Amino acid sequence: MATIRSAEPADLPAITNLDHRLTGAAKAAYWQGMLERYAGGPADRLFLVAETPRGVLAGFIVGEVRAWEFGQPAAGWVFAIQVDPKLRLKGAGSALFSALCARFKERGVSRVRTLVDRKDHLILSFFRAQGMVAGPSLQLDMDLP
Amino acid sequence: MKLQTATRLGLYAVLELARDPERTLSAADLAGRFGVSSHHLAKVLRTLATAGLVRGGRGAAGGYRFTGNRRRVTLMDIVALFEPAPGQRAEEPGEDTAVGTALQRVLAEIDEIAEATLRSISLETMLRPRR
Repeated sequence: MATIRSAEPADLPAITNLDHRLTGAAKAAYWQGMLERYAGGPADRLFLVAETPRGVLAGFIVGEVRAWEFGQPAAGWVFAIQVDPKLRLKGAGSALFSALCARFKERGVSRVRTLVDRKDHLILSFFRAQGMVAGPSLQLDMDLP
Repeated sequence: MKLQTATRLGLYAVLELARDPERTLSAADLAGRFGVSSHHLAKVLRTLATAGLVRGGRGAAGGYRFTGNRRRVTLMDIVALFEPAPGQRAEEPGEDTAVGTALQRVLAEIDEIAEATLRSISLETMLRPRR
């Protein structure tokens, strides 16, 4: 069973490596910035990691309480979640999500929200399995001429 | 979203059987639960059996039980057994006009969202008690 704790600057290499393995893109500067802004920053910003009993990073989740984004009342937004494929189906993702939701509730919000690529069935299924359903907004976009 | 009757019956049958994979129910039992014709349901159950989602015993007393994987099988897996695959339906009159093409783009967008939704919901998720 993974332990959930707040991310620390020392987690940067493991977070960057995991994300690089999963996305194929090295984004060290991006994750360093995320850690600086979300780990140990304002109380409404959260960056949590899941760690195995041996101290190996099993995954991480990043979220923030935001009010009136797109006209919606305050909600907890999940910006990123990654779990090491070798450690999946052991509850780390669910534990991260539950821990983030608990912290959102402590901060006074009662809704959690995210955006998912509709072709990414794995992550869509994960959020569905957590109980998430289609929200009140539709995402729209277009190529700029 | 409008589903064909066979699709809805397929979803009902699989979800009912998957609630308890140890349990065996006859086509008549299942038909009675959903208030549908057992003749129609029997045909649907044969399709589900061919797909490996249920296994049926022979004879009038023979029942069906769920043999799939609740965590892996999604609503889309069942819908796809009965509904035409996206992009495989016959072309309809007017589709090749400018208006028809524009309308098709909107309908394709709706289909894509519906498919993503159905593909993201496993039987396990459907059968989990609501929080």
